[in-house]
Amino acid sequence: MREIMVRAMYCEMLGYDASFTYIHAIKLAQQGGVLEKRVGYLAVSLFLNEGHELLLLLVNTVLKDLQSTNLIEVCMALTVVAQVFPKDMIPAVLPLVEDKLSHPKEIIRRKAVLALYKFYLIAPNQVQHIHAKFCKALSDKDPGVMASSLHIYLQLIRSPDSYKDLTGSFVTILKQVLGGKLPVDFNYHSVPAPWLQIQLLRILSLLGKEDQSTSELMYEVLDESLRRAEMNHNITYAILYECVKAVYTIHPKAELLEKAARCIGNFVLSPKINLKYLGLKALTYVVQHDAKLALQHQMTIIECLDHSDFTIKRETLELLFRITNAQNVTVIVEKMLDFLRSCNDEHTIIHLIGKVAELAEKYPFNKPEFMNTLLPMKYNSWFIQTMNDVFSIGGDLLQQDDPNNFLRLLAEGSESKEEDDQLRLYAVESYLTVLKGHTSHLPQCFLQVMSWVLGEYAHLQESVDRREVIRLLTQLLDQRSVSSETRVWILSALTKIPEGQTDLILDLAESLSSSQDTVLRQQAQELRHLSQDSQLREFKPVAVVCVFSSQVDSSLSFLDGFVSEALAAGAAPYKPPHQRQEELCEDRALNLEPYSFSLPVSLSSCSITDRQSPTLLSVSSGLSGNSAELSQKAGSSTLILEGVKRVWGKDGYLPQKEATAPPVDEPSAAVQPASQQEAAERIEPRPEPSTQNQDKQQLASSLFVGLGVGSSVSLLGKSEAPPPRFRKKPRPHESSSSSGTSKRSSDSSSRSSRNTTDSFLYGSFPEEEPATSISTFDHTPKSTTANGLSQNKDTKEDRHANTSQILGGDMVIVRPSTIQDKHPPSVSSDLTALLPADLKDLPHSDVISLTSDPSLSLSSCRLFRDEALLLVIFISNCTETVIKDVAVQLTLKHKHQQMTLKNFFLLQVFEFMRLILMNSILSVTHRPLVVTTEEYGKLWLSLSHDVKQNLKLLTDAGDPLRTTLNALKDALQLHVVDIIGSEGIVACRLLSGAPCLLHCRVNGAALAMWLRSPHPALPDFILYHCQRALAHH
Amino acid sequence: MIKFLLMVNKQGQTRLSRYYEQVELGKRASLEADVVRGCLARRKEECSFVEFKDYKLVYRQYAALFIVVGITENENELSIYELVHNFVEVLDKYFSRVSELDIMFNLDKVHIILDEMILNGHIVETNKTRILAPLLALDKMAES
Repeated sequence: MREIMVRAMYCEMLGYDASFTYIHAIKLAQQGGVLEKRVGYLAVSLFLNEGHELLLLLVNTVLKDLQSTNLIEVCMALTVVAQVFPKDMIPAVLPLVEDKLSHPKEIIRRKAVLALYKFYLIAPNQVQHIHAKFCKALSDKDPGVMASSLHIYLQLIRSPDSYKDLTGSFVTILKQVLGGKLPVDFNYHSVPAPWLQIQLLRILSLLGKEDQSTSELMYEVLDESLRRAEMNHNITYAILYECVKAVYTIHPKAELLEKAARCIGNFVLSPKINLKYLGLKALTYVVQHDAKLALQHQMTIIECLDHSDFTIKRETLELLFRITNAQNVTVIVEKMLDFLRSCNDEHTIIHLIGKVAELAEKYPFNKPEFMNTLLPMKYNSWFIQTMNDVFSIGGDLLQQDDPNNFLRLLAEGSESKEEDDQLRLYAVESYLTVLKGHTSHLPQCFLQVMSWVLGEYAHLQESVDRREVIRLLTQLLDQRSVSSETRVWILSALTKIPEGQTDLILDLAESLSSSQDTVLRQQAQELRHLSQDSQLREFKPVAVVCVFSSQVDSSLSFLDGFVSEALAAGAAPYKPPHQRQEELCEDRALNLEPYSFSLPVSLSSCSITDRQSPTLLSVSSGLSGNSAELSQKAGSSTLILEGVKRVWGKDGYLPQKEATAPPVDEPSAAVQPASQQEAAERIEPRPEPSTQNQDKQQLASSLFVGLGVGSSVSLLGKSEAPPPRFRKKPRPHESSSSSGTSKRSSDSSSRSSRNTTDSFLYGSFPEEEPATSISTFDHTPKSTTANGLSQNKDTKEDRHANTSQILGGDMVIVRPSTIQDKHPPSVSSDLTALLPADLKDLPHSDVISLTSDPSLSLSSCRLFRDEALLLVIFISNCTETVIKDVAVQLTLKHKHQQMTLKNFFLLQVFEFMRLILMNSILSVTHRPLVVTTEEYGKLWLSLSHDVKQNLKLLTDAGDPLRTTLNALKDALQLHVVDIIGSEGIVACRLLSGAPCLLHCRVNGAALAMWLRSPHPALPDFILYHCQRALAHH
Repeated sequence: MIKFLLMVNKQGQTRLSRYYEQVELGKRASLEADVVRGCLARRKEECSFVEFKDYKLVYRQYAALFIVVGITENENELSIYELVHNFVEVLDKYFSRVSELDIMFNLDKVHIILDEMILNGHIVETNKTRILAPLLALDKMAES
């Protein structure tokens, strides 16, 4: 029987149906001896899939075997359970399997864990209660059991938050494995448990992703892992690859990144082709984080591009796709098209052609930066030509999106009408040329695109006879290979060509009126009417133009009346699709919230949401008479390219302001003399002996241009890179203004209490530092300086004390200000320029330099406000080191009695500075960034660094989003750009220019917030403040 | 994740196939044929990884026998490449100098070994003694 079963397996393997033996396999598992049983189980696992009905018959056998005293039988049963088991029957065996977790034999424990893993995969709900047992398995004394539990954790940790506390355990395990603590038989070619290491590295990278504190735990072990993998064997490289990936996934640490980058070098330069492949793959992953890494290996990349191996080439293109920017896009696209022409694998074509189209559409309209050599005309031709290639190569394999995007690009255009027209003109010209040649081999979707463009824009081209256009299009109609859908496109194009050549049209209509296709016949009829009825005809040009140039009311405000009527009649308010989706999801789960929390059905909120997704509805037949009517008849809603601006959509065609880069002179590692030399050559071109080499170098320079500065591109046009530690000028504007107001509101009655706190604070200060202590640097300030400072200040305060006393507004603005480029304090204009915006316009006195020492300088200035005198004190850092800690103490002398003031503010200042130091930037303050929604959209797309966080939503008011955003706005000096439905966009920027964009969305009771900024630490900083502000609220 | 593992000889005859994801019986044959064609067409100096539809193939040749593994994009190709070698080493240990014939006539045992190593498309055991332990125990019981 066993023999027969093996043959049945053979039959199935060769592709013959052996379903009649299935039942015998189950029988064999039930009745046979040990070896027969095993083969029976094996056959079952090969033959039957999860949903097979016969599988139910197996449950009893499994149950029996699980309870058997024979270890081998238990083992087999567990194996088959872990391979294939009916979902509904899990509860029946679950207790038995759980029991096995504490079995004395390791193999049984191991298999039980794997069986539970299977259960987790097919029915996660049923094993929720035994998560604690997984934890026990993880700490099992047998490494095999521990290793198998990792599979479960790898799944669980995909939502990492609740498993962060296990990081330490995983790190320890990896350390032990690395340290050779496992038995020798776990070694593979004297590498300890390599696959286990890989598994652990994956888990660690999932845990450490975007989490600094967790990442810090694993730096050491990753470092060790990188170090250990020195041995020259494939498997160590496999570990190394995983390690590099982990290093680049978790929160970055410069030292490790550098080491990992060096490892990649080993891969890429390896003569072994498999390693080279893996190196390219690693590089592809890594350049997403740091595009400059590709520069070090440019010559290798170029070689790989010409490699005879298809796989290597393919991977290289993938890499190039990732490093594309506005400057090298032409070259990269050309390379990709070359590859596509020689490629005949359908999957690859579909995959890659989409990318080419994406690239071509992403970079079309940024002409000003787009290489000075490329004139707009030339650029247009490149774009159209590329798209022609895309359409003719990709043909009908293309996703429907690609031609649609292209047409939308043509129709919507950019800001300048002239440029758009040029592009369109070029498209028309190029299509006419194409159509004059052989057309029978062209893919349908290309023909459709061409006919649409000719219909819309042929009139732009003065020199071309309309008859010629009509003739060419009609010719297409006659071809057999043209599908009926394309015919419809062509006919609608013909309808659009204005001032018809009636005779031609009539001929055409005549010949089509006997067509088999009813749609075509109908269109031909319409065409005839249209060309005969001159009155109808006159409407047309207007209509056509109006579709694309007039402002479409994207908010559909003309429907508001209708909507409010419907609402009044009890209709449900409109919800955008994603919200509906979410609600559907919520409905599926148990609803634990009381019903009263549901959305307020107010007209205002619904009209806002109404405005959100006009795209679906804005076919707007009323607006675009003939054209819309025709396209509707054509049954292709894809044609309707409404002029709606897509604020949030993916629109790479928006102008991207990138600083034009000088040719990049990258620092190559010493390992790479070739590329270094090459880089030098690029700067000062010298005659090169081998032309082939020169070609390659040219290619390299065109491919990698612009990469070096990619990361330091600043969007607001300020691209000067300040020394990294000194990036921002401090501006605790927030604290100063808030302290000002709080001070103002505090009356004299509270002064006594303040005095007590003051004296308390005073007492806590060390005696030997009576006034201003500068404990910033490694050196301690001389006491004389400190004394001088204090004296100086005292006298100064004396001078102005009277005024401030008389005015009763004892306001002092304390403002630590680090001046990056060492302004001498005497340059008053520079200092006053640093005043907060709301103080800038106030009349002010000259800036008086109070005192200075080699490290710090103090100066002050008075500002005259209507109700108060403001005293601004500038504390400037004269050195290039970072100020770690500044203690400022102000004393105010008045009528022989010393009164300390402003400690209250100082406290705030200190707190503020501590906070900044925590963020490793010295004093960052942001300001509102006033932009329009549209500019915001552009900025948003040009940034990629994304930080997401859920924040508390203030729910005490009617419109929680607005309330929350306003609270944030007040607390943090943000600019609320727009609120659309349940989403809001907010912007702010650093004083030095780096913007930070916030995109918020109400998500249940929380506020999901996405932050983007070119400055890596800024989003975290802002998030921290937002959290604090909301917590205080 | 591992999608399937095939053992095919140079003539394109399948010697062993194991799918970790449901593939219809009718489609298996054509898939195997495509896979074999893809791998056989490659030269020695080209790399052992091929893109195939939406997954990757990792193959390794032992005399006239190819072992081909289909994996997803997120899997580490080189580790699979070495896993194949580990598998062959285990077979070698069990059959002492394994040959194509061993695999043909002991299909069930090869499957049992494979089941110990790969489960549900994941690598679950790579320790040679532990992989062979259940099978050796079975053999001993069958003898007695």
